[in-house]
Amino acid sequence: MPDYRHALIIIIVMGAATLATRILPVLIFGRNERIPDLVLYLGRVVPFTAMGLLIVYCLKDVSVLQDPHALPEVIALAAVTVTYLWKKNPIFSVVMGTVLYMFLVQKVF
Amino acid sequence: MQKHGFGWIWSMVSGIIIFSGTVQFVSVSMLSGGAVIMAALTALMVAARHIFFSISMIGRYREEGRRKWYLFYALCDETYAMLSRDDIPKGVNASAYRMLVTLFDQSSWVLGSALGGIAGSILPFDSTGIDFAMTALFTTVFIQQWIDSKCHIPAILGITATLLCRILFGRDLFLIPAMVIILGVLILMREKIEAAGGETDA
Repeated sequence: MPDYRHALIIIIVMGAATLATRILPVLIFGRNERIPDLVLYLGRVVPFTAMGLLIVYCLKDVSVLQDPHALPEVIALAAVTVTYLWKKNPIFSVVMGTVLYMFLVQKVF
Repeated sequence: MQKHGFGWIWSMVSGIIIFSGTVQFVSVSMLSGGAVIMAALTALMVAARHIFFSISMIGRYREEGRRKWYLFYALCDETYAMLSRDDIPKGVNASAYRMLVTLFDQSSWVLGSALGGIAGSILPFDSTGIDFAMTALFTTVFIQQWIDSKCHIPAILGITATLLCRILFGRDLFLIPAMVIILGVLILMREKIEAAGGETDA
């Protein structure tokens, strides 16, 4: 029998921490009549850095040194890139890439 | 979660309260017997990217009044990817569009969490590798941003700084230093990036 009370506390604490990352920036900068230019500039350019950060974050547990040397990831990412450049349809590329990746990690490697 | 003795209700509750896939994923291992302080710090680290999201939406959500608290609470990767591109269709009420996109993304996520919990307990379906959908989604957004922008410094910076920190700091600690470096370099190179026109399309 799991300790449900403890589990609920953990969920609430982690929820509060997650909420803080979403609301604190607004509480700090949101009240000013004018947001500083620097903050506006960061708001414009940060989205362009965030995707790279998220891609690396998603791949953080992949090891190039150990077998299978990140091959499933490389192949599936190549498939996502090629299909996206071809069709420009994100859903198509995500489905193709994910199905291919699942096949690779479950059946091939 | 099923494996750890928590039914689909728990998946759904976690989906509503935490509402972040990566944090929910990490939380599973801490539900039974994890230290509260560690749980808070880990959530802060994993969710730290939302600071970026919120900062870049302050200007856009300025006129939303009380609705903005919901918009910020429910600001997730998918909603951010859709609403930070500023391609709201012409003739559509921007405020209603934002609310609906946000609400739809959150409902589908919470519903998905519940269905995932139910499916996990009855289907013998091997979902190994399904997480790759997140990687693939971010990759398509990355490529589209690359096509749309004149200045590629921010895109290259995001990948290289994070990769470097992953190698230097290990898999558990790299996000915070990566974000510090990214913000630092963006501020230092501001004139160059603005001159190159990289910000105009953001």
